[in-house]
Amino acid sequence: MQNAAISIQNVSKTYATGLTALKAVNLDISPGEIFALLGPNGAGKTTLISIICGTVTKSSGTVSVAGHDNEGDFRAARSLIGLVPQELHLSIFESVWDTCAFSRMLFGKPRDDAYLEKVLRQLSLWDKRDSRIMALSGGMKRRVLIAKALAHEPRILFLDEPTAGVDVELRQDMWRIVRELRESGVTIILTTHYIEEAEDLADRVGVISKGELILVEEKKALMRKMGQKQLTLELTTPLAKLPKALAALGLTLAKEGRELVYAYDMQKPQHTIAEVLQAVTDAKVKFGDLHTEQSSLEDIFMGLVKQ
Amino acid sequence: MNLRGVWAIYNYEMARFFRTLGQSLISPVISTVLYFVVFGAAIGSRIQNIDGVSYGAFIVPGLVMLSLLTQSVSNASFGIYFPRFSGTIYEYLSAPVSPMEMVLGFVGAAASKSLLIGLIILATSAFFVPLQIAHPVWMVVFLLLTAITFSLFGFLIGLWADGFEKLQIIPLLVITPLTFLGGSFYPIGILPPFWHTVSLFNPVVYLVSGFRWSFNEVSDVSVWVSLAMTGVFLAVCLAAVSWMFRTGYRLKN
Repeated sequence: MQNAAISIQNVSKTYATGLTALKAVNLDISPGEIFALLGPNGAGKTTLISIICGTVTKSSGTVSVAGHDNEGDFRAARSLIGLVPQELHLSIFESVWDTCAFSRMLFGKPRDDAYLEKVLRQLSLWDKRDSRIMALSGGMKRRVLIAKALAHEPRILFLDEPTAGVDVELRQDMWRIVRELRESGVTIILTTHYIEEAEDLADRVGVISKGELILVEEKKALMRKMGQKQLTLELTTPLAKLPKALAALGLTLAKEGRELVYAYDMQKPQHTIAEVLQAVTDAKVKFGDLHTEQSSLEDIFMGLVKQ
Repeated sequence: MNLRGVWAIYNYEMARFFRTLGQSLISPVISTVLYFVVFGAAIGSRIQNIDGVSYGAFIVPGLVMLSLLTQSVSNASFGIYFPRFSGTIYEYLSAPVSPMEMVLGFVGAAASKSLLIGLIILATSAFFVPLQIAHPVWMVVFLLLTAITFSLFGFLIGLWADGFEKLQIIPLLVITPLTFLGGSFYPIGILPPFWHTVSLFNPVVYLVSGFRWSFNEVSDVSVWVSLAMTGVFLAVCLAAVSWMFRTGYRLKN
């Protein structure tokens, strides 16, 4: 893609230990999107991020950031990127303000106290600006890592498991920050274990398993395409045997005859809900309640990774 | 060139030094005073003059070099090892900072610190012996070259080490013997011919000799040979550092 924020072509990585972490990965990230990279532990998520950011050397392939090769033109490429690592890597003796000012300078940007103040306020760190990092809680340290990554006004932000080990309140705060950043035009790539996070935030989802990118899809399309819906009827009197007419429609008995279940594809259901209910009424089966369930991204994900 | 990035690294490293200024300065000053008491006042009074220079004055350049070498190596090795150990190295590697700019920041700061300590030791020694510096410009040249060369060497150790023990072992097993056997406390000319020849393979001999010459024009080898050998060692360290960065050795997977 010509104007991709990030273009990854045929990137492979084999570590010195012989472990192959990535196998010929191809991926384009569009400017301004939130892309969620899902995968189990050890799938290669962090390796892929590290290669783009320059902390791990790739074995083959090319990576370009807004058209700049990330090795040949590393200055231009890296200037655009902010990286929030998975681990809380911070120099604990420094103050919040100093460490953020350091990050900005390291990236070659002139001092801008007003901007730094804005970032610290956005992350609720302003009151802690003079605190030493060792005095902060784990959640606060994670905010500091984000502030450091934002200190040089990056156009692309990488969040490697931003909400691992973070309490509910902070997680929601993170999501709010991510949305705000996207509104300001920042492209965001996040890796996560929490499927709900991807489901809630992402525009597109990539699933990585055993070093291979096995799926990249618009989240909505993915949910539509792979989403299964299920209708459950709770029967007033349990059925010993499923009437033939209902079995023909694809219904099944569950919970020792106390439930009738109909699983269908949302895109092209073989029978409408009305048809199914009519058939149930015709068979003189009485039900007290009914509900439908839609498979979540988590179910889809588990299904994919297990294959 | 990302000069701001270099300055950020340099400043950060210097701030670490000034935060612990007391510790950083007191220990080298105390050990220098002890050397002067033992070698200068106690034993030195029984040693005859060397090439017309009193023993106390003779050991001043050696003592300054001793501190300069050990401080350069320990400052620079710790400076780069600590971010590797704590994981904060990720930020340096993902920043638009070239390997050489990183070296400039880290090694520049380490060399500055050891230069400061060297100058303070020189000032301390002025309380014990009358100081005379025949060639101040040469003195500064040798101070600078030594501080830079051994800070580079320390940087290499900091990159190579994968534990705190390794960080200590090279200074202990290599630097200390080389300095003690490098003519810090005696002219190598008084050694038997065999050991004299062996000494000529010790790079510290050339540093101390050139440095001493700048004080009182007493030297083991010609000042030009000293200068050339220091240059060679500097070039070797530079080559090794750039090889390490090219291959990503111990920095990147």
